[in-house]
Amino acid sequence: MRTSPRLLVASVALLGLLGAACGSDDSDDAATTTGDVTVFAAASLTAAFTEIGDAFMVANPDSKVTFNFAASSELVTQIGEGAPADVFASADKSNMAKLTDAGNNATEPEVFATNLLEIMVGAGNPKGITGVADLADENLIVVICSPEVPCGKYAAQVFESAAVTVTPKSLEQNVKPVVSKVTLGEADAGIVYKTDVTAAGDKAAGVDIPADINVVAEYPIAVIKESANAVGAQAFIDFVNGEQGQKILASYGFLAP
Amino acid sequence: MTLAASFSLQLGSLDLQADLDVKPGELLALLGPNGAGKSSVLRCLGGLAPIHSGRIVIDELLVDEPATDTFVEPENRPIGFVFQNYLLFENMTVLENVAYGLRARKTPKADARRVAAEWLERVGIAEYADQRPHSLSGGQAQRAALARALATNPRLLLLDEPLAALDAGTRSSVRRDLRRHLETFEGMRILVTHDPVDAYALADRVAILDAGRIVQVGTLAEVTAHPRSRYVADLVGVNLVTGVVVDGVLTTAAGARVVIADALPGPSFAVIRPPSISLVREAVAGSSARNTWAGTIVEVDRLGDRVRVGIDGQLPLTAEITAAALDALQLRPGDGIHASVKATDIEVYSV
Amino acid sequence: MTGRRRRGRRANLPTPVLALAVVAVVFFALPLIGLLWRAPWSNAWGYLTEENALTALRLSLICSLWATLLSVVFGVPLAWLLARVEFHGRGVVRALCTLSMVLPPVVGGVALFFALGRRGLVGQYLDRWFDFRLPFTTAGVVVAQTFVAMPFLVITLESALRQLDQRVEDASRTLGASRWYTFRRVTLPAIRPALVAGGVLAWARALGEFGATITFAGNFPGTTQTMPLAVYLALETNPEQAIVLALLLIAISFAVLVGLRDRWFGRNDRASTTVLA
Repeated sequence: MRTSPRLLVASVALLGLLGAACGSDDSDDAATTTGDVTVFAAASLTAAFTEIGDAFMVANPDSKVTFNFAASSELVTQIGEGAPADVFASADKSNMAKLTDAGNNATEPEVFATNLLEIMVGAGNPKGITGVADLADENLIVVICSPEVPCGKYAAQVFESAAVTVTPKSLEQNVKPVVSKVTLGEADAGIVYKTDVTAAGDKAAGVDIPADINVVAEYPIAVIKESANAVGAQAFIDFVNGEQGQKILASYGFLAP
Repeated sequence: MTLAASFSLQLGSLDLQADLDVKPGELLALLGPNGAGKSSVLRCLGGLAPIHSGRIVIDELLVDEPATDTFVEPENRPIGFVFQNYLLFENMTVLENVAYGLRARKTPKADARRVAAEWLERVGIAEYADQRPHSLSGGQAQRAALARALATNPRLLLLDEPLAALDAGTRSSVRRDLRRHLETFEGMRILVTHDPVDAYALADRVAILDAGRIVQVGTLAEVTAHPRSRYVADLVGVNLVTGVVVDGVLTTAAGARVVIADALPGPSFAVIRPPSISLVREAVAGSSARNTWAGTIVEVDRLGDRVRVGIDGQLPLTAEITAAALDALQLRPGDGIHASVKATDIEVYSV
Repeated sequence: MTGRRRRGRRANLPTPVLALAVVAVVFFALPLIGLLWRAPWSNAWGYLTEENALTALRLSLICSLWATLLSVVFGVPLAWLLARVEFHGRGVVRALCTLSMVLPPVVGGVALFFALGRRGLVGQYLDRWFDFRLPFTTAGVVVAQTFVAMPFLVITLESALRQLDQRVEDASRTLGASRWYTFRRVTLPAIRPALVAGGVLAWARALGEFGATITFAGNFPGTTQTMPLAVYLALETNPEQAIVLALLLIAISFAVLVGLRDRWFGRNDRASTTVLA
């Protein structure tokens, strides 16, 4: 006896319904994220993302998030050489473009936060710096990031917009050494992100850069194509974009995308 | 040109006390067993080691006196030192080695090299002038070391076992050469050696250093005629007994009694020559020999027709008898034996 | 029998040991071969003659040579002290002076900051009284390199000095030579192989120094950007140039090491001890 076509259709429909029922509950989805998620993120995201990672792991107890914080340019090179990453969060769009140009992304990059640049000076602003123009003073020890990395590129843009020539004493590999040299008192001033000034607390002071010459740093994030845990990666990105993630980012001084 | 040294020095557990006087142009040999401290005495004289107390005066120059905190560095002492292993400088030629002392004392290079060349000529190794020391044989190296020490015209020449590093074959000829070279040197010379033949061949006077003390000083003949230490006694091949003489009897620390003929009372040495000792299996009565001691044979050493018999007991002795006598008595180690000597055969002298 | 004829060359080396040695050689050769394989040979000359490359190279060579010189001037007396003079706490002093060999270089750089930086223990007085600062200067690079390189020289020399027969120096003194004359004409020539070996090691270490340099002296082309720093940063934007620069650095080091081998490292048959017999 041949299988009745009607029976076949009914079975398929039943299976489809069951499948849909299983997959439709949103809250259940987040709770089922498991496995390791490796996130390569820009140095300026260190504090914020660490906290986001902790919160993510609380919400998803079966998952584990590990971070690699470094200059975005360094990270994208490592990914290109085959470093095992699931998520890439860059401090600028051009480094993310390097990832997409090479076809190493699995999802379209989306900007999850923005940041502004700020001049960091020692606590109490001992040299009385008021703006970018003051940094042209040859007697000041100014430290910025190297032009190869995002914060260095942004700094160069700021100087150009302000039509100021600044001769820095050192070009650091990412924003963290700039911060430490200013807070330790070795440098008089440095160009860093607003979030870095906030994070430094009372160890440093900040001098605003006017909006007309300031650069808005856009932070895109994407899942890596070779990711071993694409589901987990996407879950992390959703978390970053979600209410909790955005609140944490805001608390560190990041601005909405 | 004199040396007057009287000092003490601590060498590990050894407490060394040295009193030395060397007259102008004299060669004094410092003779003694190994470990007696001979090399240390030389090092102190050379300024390579500090003394503990006392003083050293070389040619009226006070070079070391701890009490007054006086110490003259080796480079400022009028000395020349020939070391046991010669210690030639490997990074220089033989000529440069000999010229070294002069150059160090600011002599211009050309003059220093000229004097050095003369010395090399004098000691007979001129053809090795431009070679490195490692290509010299033992005897040649010794001559180079000697030339090097003498080139600076020192007042006091110190030689530390100069022949010890040579093999037996070359030692005699090198000793002869050394004697020749040393004879032409007008300053004071002190030679340290453990080989009495060196002392015999080279020295005017001998000082015996044993266990950290100078026990005897004199010509070799004087010293060996009346040994005052076990070392010299063994050297000469006699038995030396130490003790106190009271009423014609010398009593040793172990309690052995030795009857002697005419001697002054007090602490004394007694020399008993091995051939003068008779051996008997049982004590004999009615013998004119006043001395008989019981003992056990511990060693029998045949030397051709003669036999040396070592005896242990209250008075340890070495006797010398003929091989025939040994066979007749059938003496073997472990046998009990009596040793007998006439009082008139024993030489006694005060400590 | 061919086996017997070849015996002399291999001496007493057992086959398993030989195999391990071969593995070791391959281990060292592979990274170099990897670099050579990925090198952009068609553009190589262009990358090499780019201004920042030449500047970095010149700076590296000048600073490393200065660091080596300082290491010798201060390291030789230090080695002497540690080898010859007995004093309380000598072991501690030795550990202190060679600490930078085991410290991560960045840690060394940070430590230098706290000592010689503008707010550092000593550095603050240098700044206040003499208007002299070390960070961000070429002098700072030399200081950082000397800090990590000197211990190599000290360790090599101390070992050689210990093996030296002091009696030869005694002989020199008895000939009328002062301590300094003895040191100059007897001791130094005797330790020359060790001095060369230690100097080369120190130079190589100084040339390759990265962590302490970038932390303490900073990174600025022409002033403080040495070759290792240039390579590291080039890796981010221009990996091809990075490879070429890296190969250049390797080529220079290789040439020095190969060129200096046997001749100056001394022969062991006439060892540094000069005792005859």
